Amino acid sequence: MSQSIDVAYVSELARIALTDDETKLFQGQLETIVDYVEKINGLDLDNIKPTMHGQVSTNFFRDDVVSPSLDREAVLDNAPARTDSEFKLPKIVEDA
Amino acid sequence: MEDIATLTLAGALDGLKKKEFSSVELNQALVDSIDKKDGDLKAYLKMDPEYILKQAAESDQKRAAGDDSSLLGVPIAIKDLINVKGESCSCASRQLEKYNALYDATVAAKLRYAGAVFAGRTNMDEFAMGSSTENSAFQITRNPHNLECVPGGSSGGSAAAVAGGEAIAALGTDTGGSIRQPASFCGCVGMKPSYGRVSRYGVTAYASSLDQVGPMTKTVEDAAILLKELAGFDPHDGTTLDVKVPDYQAHLTGGMKGLKIGLPKEFYVDGSDPEVSQAVLKAVESCRAAGAEIVDVSLPHTEYAIAVYYILATAEASANLARFDGVRFGHRAESPKSVFDLYAQSRAEGFGTEVKRRIILGTYVLSSGYYDAYYGKAQKARTLIREDYTKAFEKCDVLMTPVSPTPAYKIGEASQDPLKMYLGDIFTVPANLAGICGISLPCGSTRGGLPVGLQILGPAFGEERILKTAYAFEQMQGA
Amino acid sequence: MSKYLITIGLETHVHLKTHTKMFCGCATEFGSEANTHVCPVCLGYPGALPVMNGEAIKQCVIAGLMLGCEINHYSTFDRKNYFYPDMCKDYQITQMEKPLCIGGGVTIDTPEGSRRVRIHHIHQEEDAGKIIHYARHSGVDFNRCGTPLMEIVSEPDLSSPDEAMAYLHNLRQILVYAGVSECNLEEGNMRSDVNISVRPEGQEELGIRAEIKNMNTFKGIYAALEYEIERQLYIVKKGGTITQETRRWDADLGETQSMRTKENAHDYRYFPEPDLVPVTLDKEMVEQWRAALPELPAARRERMVKEYGIPEYDAGVLADEKPNADFFEIAAKLCGEFKTLSNWFMTDVMCLLSESGKTITQCSLTPKSLAELVTLVKKGVINGPTAKELLPELFNDGLMPAKMVEERGLAQVSDSGALESFMNEVFEANEKSVADYLAGKKAAAGYLTGQVMKLSRGKADPKLVNKMIAEKFAGMGG
Ligand SMILES: [Zn+2]
Repeated sequence: MSQSIDVAYVSELARIALTDDETKLFQGQLETIVDYVEKINGLDLDNIKPTMHGQVSTNFFRDDVVSPSLDREAVLDNAPARTDSEFKLPKIVEDA
Repeated sequence: MEDIATLTLAGALDGLKKKEFSSVELNQALVDSIDKKDGDLKAYLKMDPEYILKQAAESDQKRAAGDDSSLLGVPIAIKDLINVKGESCSCASRQLEKYNALYDATVAAKLRYAGAVFAGRTNMDEFAMGSSTENSAFQITRNPHNLECVPGGSSGGSAAAVAGGEAIAALGTDTGGSIRQPASFCGCVGMKPSYGRVSRYGVTAYASSLDQVGPMTKTVEDAAILLKELAGFDPHDGTTLDVKVPDYQAHLTGGMKGLKIGLPKEFYVDGSDPEVSQAVLKAVESCRAAGAEIVDVSLPHTEYAIAVYYILATAEASANLARFDGVRFGHRAESPKSVFDLYAQSRAEGFGTEVKRRIILGTYVLSSGYYDAYYGKAQKARTLIREDYTKAFEKCDVLMTPVSPTPAYKIGEASQDPLKMYLGDIFTVPANLAGICGISLPCGSTRGGLPVGLQILGPAFGEERILKTAYAFEQMQGA
Repeated sequence: MSKYLITIGLETHVHLKTHTKMFCGCATEFGSEANTHVCPVCLGYPGALPVMNGEAIKQCVIAGLMLGCEINHYSTFDRKNYFYPDMCKDYQITQMEKPLCIGGGVTIDTPEGSRRVRIHHIHQEEDAGKIIHYARHSGVDFNRCGTPLMEIVSEPDLSSPDEAMAYLHNLRQILVYAGVSECNLEEGNMRSDVNISVRPEGQEELGIRAEIKNMNTFKGIYAALEYEIERQLYIVKKGGTITQETRRWDADLGETQSMRTKENAHDYRYFPEPDLVPVTLDKEMVEQWRAALPELPAARRERMVKEYGIPEYDAGVLADEKPNADFFEIAAKLCGEFKTLSNWFMTDVMCLLSESGKTITQCSLTPKSLAELVTLVKKGVINGPTAKELLPELFNDGLMPAKMVEERGLAQVSDSGALESFMNEVFEANEKSVADYLAGKKAAAGYLTGQVMKLSRGKADPKLVNKMIAEKFAGMGG
């Protein structure tokens, strides 16, 4: 059996406020899933290179040439709150 | 005007070219068909007749002026996570209910360039997370063969629209089977191209190293036609490869003779619905009878695929979906007390249960102290799975397998048990992990009248080969 | 009373000098209207994908070569996950596992002699946007979001605020010489995080460190370090323990303050960026870049001494800011008067620079106009005082001295006929001074020269006048 998952900690990391019911529901479900995925521990993975990408290639570059930006009005209109020129947020006191 | 239910993409292009009907007539028929059927199927999240007919009228004018672009005037339905400039793109999520796409995905730009009509936005599992389209925040799409059954997912809206006579062809996306499985459940053709074959730019990401866009059509020929338009190198997507796009349609020739078909034994084990196994084995048998050589192959790491997939996909998703924070677009909670609340509340309100579950799982496997145990190992295990396929394709040209262990199931039946749901992806997930291509096409049906799909897998950038094989099989079926 | 050792390490973020952002084609131009250089990529729109700016990679490698780093021939990018409103994707694309450059260092001068401060590595990443605080709300501008940023991480090799300053000064100088950054502090081109700890002498392991985040002036860093050292020493000497934490420098209050960060703030969940394929730099290409590297500041000082025969001190002053050295060298090639030119630059020009607060590239003086001015004096067309009067106009308005001299008739009078008559006039009007001179008060000659200069309205060549007066007195038997 896997270690128990600190769902409260992880959901805080993920910035998703869970209700108590959700926390309870996920606790059991995630533990079942994590228990299942731990079957990869049955593999001998020494000396195996990790696959980091969907395909194998390297060096994909863009030229350093300016391309047009989006229209500011359209961009700000998509925002939940805006001023004339900026995205608007409640005042940030500080909590990084 | 032919019935939309039977009209193929090739047929529509032919009819338009021969002026048997105009694009306006074609699209009006489509709109009528959607009006008539979508009350039951609920395949579309959004369909605007005025917008469709305006595009159709423009394409008729272009044709009159001598334009003969490859898809001119043909409506294509779009899965609601692909950005088309000026359209909504909700990803079937409350989070993006009010989001307006400000740019074209590369596949949308390519369709636009080819003259296609954007026909409407199809339903899906929220952010492509699911296998039944029940995770849509807005509606439940039904299987055209049995309205009490799911259409599969996550591209369930596209599959139901194509199979249910509400679309000529559609785009879907496939991260772990999201094109092939609904195609199988609904009885249409669905193709997942090799990773790097089609651009992902503008396609809302679920799992970046696994996602691919592909065609969902009525015939293999249609899939070939549409794939040619979608595929190719994209300077906006560094994971596309600069490999020439063949004329897939032109190569749909030849039969089964000389073809080496591999049967991976790990895909034919107990646990599958016997009706599914029987239909697939019968299909394989008919290929043998038609001259194909059947060889046994082994993909020994198949049993680890689901574990690897749900670690990698959810980890990538946890980062990909971080941007839905209520700052620049999308849903924001009312009067949050802090920046933390702004995020945590907006995301809690905007995301559905399955999305939350996967983000939290993905966050957990990456979190401090767990990376090596889960993500690091899964990346290595992925290498083993890829090598399985490389070795298998040394012994055969294509692989034939079932698409899903079961036919379409009842709405509400599987959604209570996430792990059970995940395990249903066992036959489709490996192709995404290996980066290879695969196609699903109908090969029979159950006694209850539900379609069964046959999966044909080919090596990376072997689309031509699997389309040819699928076409030959389709011809045999039809005959 | 035991002594304490101070350990400082710096993480310096430097904007590269590219036209476009790290992963999209938006301009990096500074000072534009808010949110006008934004696109789906740098706003983190759904579906947008990053594509690497090849020029940024090259510049980062060049910086690495200039700093003596090893170049990683296989380099990858990672995602660093953290939520903040100025980070458009809520993850930053950076390099955790395989950065572009490893090792290297910066040599600094200390009272004990010169010493190499080691660099741990340099990695390439993207900058965040800007949050603007108003009375009742905050605003976000994403123009800066995605600007190419390289992070130069030093080893904890520094032991005082002065050494930290020397390191930053020399680092900045090398990067400007490398041509990879303007390192303009006002524009936030160069910002540093500082790690600092104290420990009693004799203790091997480092003390618990505090990190002070995101400072963009050298003065601020110096003050923050001084404050923080005081603070830590005070705690440690009282027998207390330092908390490992992130602190902020408040320049107004002149103190560092603890930032209330969440317990999980450092759980960044790094993983390889699936949207970006690895960078491989083949050895040949890197060697080509190495061969084409610009001169380092120290080499330039040496060369300038040799090539122009100017004193080491002059070369040091001129080479301190690369644009100044560039300016000097162009002008030197135009006029050939190296030492005179150097004097002009180091006194008059630098005085104007400091008065105006401008840099040599911002003012209107050109190497050509300064070279022309020096040449005019050398050729005796104008005298020194006239030249000094003209300089501000060259500096402010970009005028050319030869043309000004011609248009304003400022050329020296060296026509001996004209000077003769000025002299005669002065001798007649100043009989007393003439008599004084003849009586042995040689200083009177100076007064008479002044009077001739005055009559010529400053245009006479003072040397010539002196000579003529001396000859006249000689003729008078003086
Ligand atoms: Zn941009």
